[in-house]
Amino acid sequence: MERSASRQPERLVLELPVDDDPGACSVPRGGGWRPGARWAREGLPSRVDVETQIAALPTHAQPPMRELGRRSEAASHPYKTVIAGHPEPKASPLDIKTHGFPPLALIGKAGRREEVVAACEGARALGIHPGMAATHARALVSDLDFRPAEPEADAALLDRLALFAVRRWSPIAAVTPADGLWIDLAGCAHLHGGEERFCRRLIAFCRRAGFTARVAVADTAGAAHALARFGRSELTRVEPGATASAISPLPIVALRLAPSAISAAKRFGFETIADLLPVARGPLARRLGLPAITRLDQALGAVAEPITPREDAEVPIVERRLLEPIGTAEAIEQVMGDLLNDLAQVLEARGLGARALRLTAVRVDGTEQVVGVGTSRPTREVSHLLRLLKLRIERIDPGMGLEQFWLVAPHTEPLDAVDLGAVLAGETLVRDPARLVDVIAGRIGGYAVYRLAPVESHVPERAVTRSDPVEMPGSWPAWKRPIRLFARPEPLARVMALMPDQPPRRFEWRGKTYKIVAGDGPERVHGEWWRRDAEVWAVRDYYRVEDDAGGRYWVFRRGDGFEEDTGDLSWWMHGVFG
Amino acid sequence: MPAALDSSAPTIAHLRTIATPATDFRIMPFGVDAIDGRLGAGGLRAGALHEATAQSATMVDDAATTLFLASIAAREAAATGGPVLWASCRADLYAPALEQIGLPSAAVIHAQPRDDAALLAVIEDTVRDGTPSAIVAEASKVSMVATRRLQLVAAEADMPVLLLRRRRGLNEDPLAEPSAAWTRWRIGTTPSERLEVAGVGRARWTVECARQRGGEGFSLIVEGSDETGRLAVPAGLGHRAAETVGTVRFAAA
Repeated sequence: MERSASRQPERLVLELPVDDDPGACSVPRGGGWRPGARWAREGLPSRVDVETQIAALPTHAQPPMRELGRRSEAASHPYKTVIAGHPEPKASPLDIKTHGFPPLALIGKAGRREEVVAACEGARALGIHPGMAATHARALVSDLDFRPAEPEADAALLDRLALFAVRRWSPIAAVTPADGLWIDLAGCAHLHGGEERFCRRLIAFCRRAGFTARVAVADTAGAAHALARFGRSELTRVEPGATASAISPLPIVALRLAPSAISAAKRFGFETIADLLPVARGPLARRLGLPAITRLDQALGAVAEPITPREDAEVPIVERRLLEPIGTAEAIEQVMGDLLNDLAQVLEARGLGARALRLTAVRVDGTEQVVGVGTSRPTREVSHLLRLLKLRIERIDPGMGLEQFWLVAPHTEPLDAVDLGAVLAGETLVRDPARLVDVIAGRIGGYAVYRLAPVESHVPERAVTRSDPVEMPGSWPAWKRPIRLFARPEPLARVMALMPDQPPRRFEWRGKTYKIVAGDGPERVHGEWWRRDAEVWAVRDYYRVEDDAGGRYWVFRRGDGFEEDTGDLSWWMHGVFG
Repeated sequence: MPAALDSSAPTIAHLRTIATPATDFRIMPFGVDAIDGRLGAGGLRAGALHEATAQSATMVDDAATTLFLASIAAREAAATGGPVLWASCRADLYAPALEQIGLPSAAVIHAQPRDDAALLAVIEDTVRDGTPSAIVAEASKVSMVATRRLQLVAAEADMPVLLLRRRRGLNEDPLAEPSAAWTRWRIGTTPSERLEVAGVGRARWTVECARQRGGEGFSLIVEGSDETGRLAVPAGLGHRAAETVGTVRFAAA
């Protein structure tokens, strides 16, 4: 038998007027008026009385219109879509956020019958609910979007999401069966801007991907599992130590109990988790079974529930276990070479090149020593990678000896055969600086190797930026520029210059007087009004000047000499030419 | 007799070929006869360490020295087609000016190590790697042992290592320290030619070779490098022998 959409409210026994509503006319149709007709009798509740009586009832207890005896209302069309049953008063189909999609329900097989296994919010508002027979649902709403459920595809998608989480959010993330994901945020929440921010970003990510997500952060995996499914809001964050109070109002179904335990709990009158908390454990275990107690303890943190992370099986990994522990640099280098040879084969089989390598060495006392290297281009060249790894040997503390090594390539990129071009015709290859960059970056850090790339700005100090050393930057306009540019211009004192557009004749800089014999300029550089308000009118007039000793300098004056807004006419030294 | 004397009398050129070892190494000519003719091998040896320092402790002389080394690196980069590694602990180098003497940003990789020790390690790694066509490094404290190491690896890899020795104090001359560099230079600015119109002429430098292996020191005035890194002898002096400025002041370096 089917369960009905919602429990029908119990009918209230009302004394109803029996006959038709006479409407505006006080005389029934057909002219069959006779004195003493039932509708004209005194003492019966009038229509207004009945209506106030009905209005006083709670909404769910009000009888349908038909029972009020209004038989004159229009009958619904038998073939048009009707909203069957009682739609929840708060959720009219128009109010529901359907996220731009038509209402959808998934139909799957449960045993031998087809039933609705999932329904979206819009479909629920139309009275479709999980567990309803598919035929019933089709009969209720004919033009709903019914699709077959694909549990395997769902599981695969969830698995992909878990893999994504392992790579992007936290190294420990796992699928919880059917519809959830566990992410261990301990130690990596700060990388995403804190727990709160991470959760909001997670929800936004799911919304972009087309999912509605509910996120809960709690001390234990069990509590988070319960709060995410039965909590009040889509984002629940439990402060550390407040787990018990947070989960106590939830129904006991939230505890991941077996169906038999749930029915037993209902028999004993346990509705919420709060009911279970004060009960002595021994009797509780006898009534609900030991697994139920374990679930409760897992949610409360009394029993550990480690998350088995989704392993990123696509990450190439090789391992060597040594017969005897080693400790010398030469031996470690030998192991590195062997591991790299193994890894190169794995990478070659998959057509990949490593962008990052992580070598984990296990000492005899069980602790791990981890070193990592990165490359600027994908590579699987053993000699090159070995040279990079050798730079890290000094950072490995062998202690009493190392007995096990793993080499993982956490970041790989496709690496295929490269077109050599017309090498046989004598064309020379452009030398690839990637290897060189790797070597230097391994020595002094990746941030310290760079190229200087142009920025489209005429303000000299903004025209240059650091860029990736492997990429080829463009070029600058061919204005005369000094080889050394001061990070911040230095003020000049006692400047003699003809206004408005002559280079200075003499100035003092760093306590020394310079007599200028030649000058070029001005080269006017306007402020970039789109950056700061202070630059809207600012002007710099640059001059290339030479003093009597042959020194060539780059000086500028703030302001054009006519408008006061453009600058205060002070002189500055900004660089030296050779 | 005179004929016999003639036949047996060794010419100076002949003696020179005996005295100096055969130049079986690659050279980088300046393309200026006045300089190349005075360098022992007709140019700078490619696989060697070359040092240059500013003539005085002023920023303009330092800038001229930078440009001098950059021009050598630019010519070598154009000849061999590899990038140039510019290693310096400071970051006041202005890349647009490098581009104007033939080192576009696509041809320069910058490395900024924390100290001179790391810088020397970077140079050595780079030379052993062999990718770049030249290395320009700015360092102040380089020991004799370090220069010897650099000279050896440079000769092995056949790659020029151009070392800009910064002055550590006002009166301290980096070239007074011993070094295994193949050549040592001292560069300074000098007034440019006055133009007939208002303006600054092409840069002029006093280039002083304080020491070279297989040759004597010399000193002359050259015009600064053009867009391809070539120096020139001032036009007004072109029809004369290149003029030396004074004597070679620091012969023993």
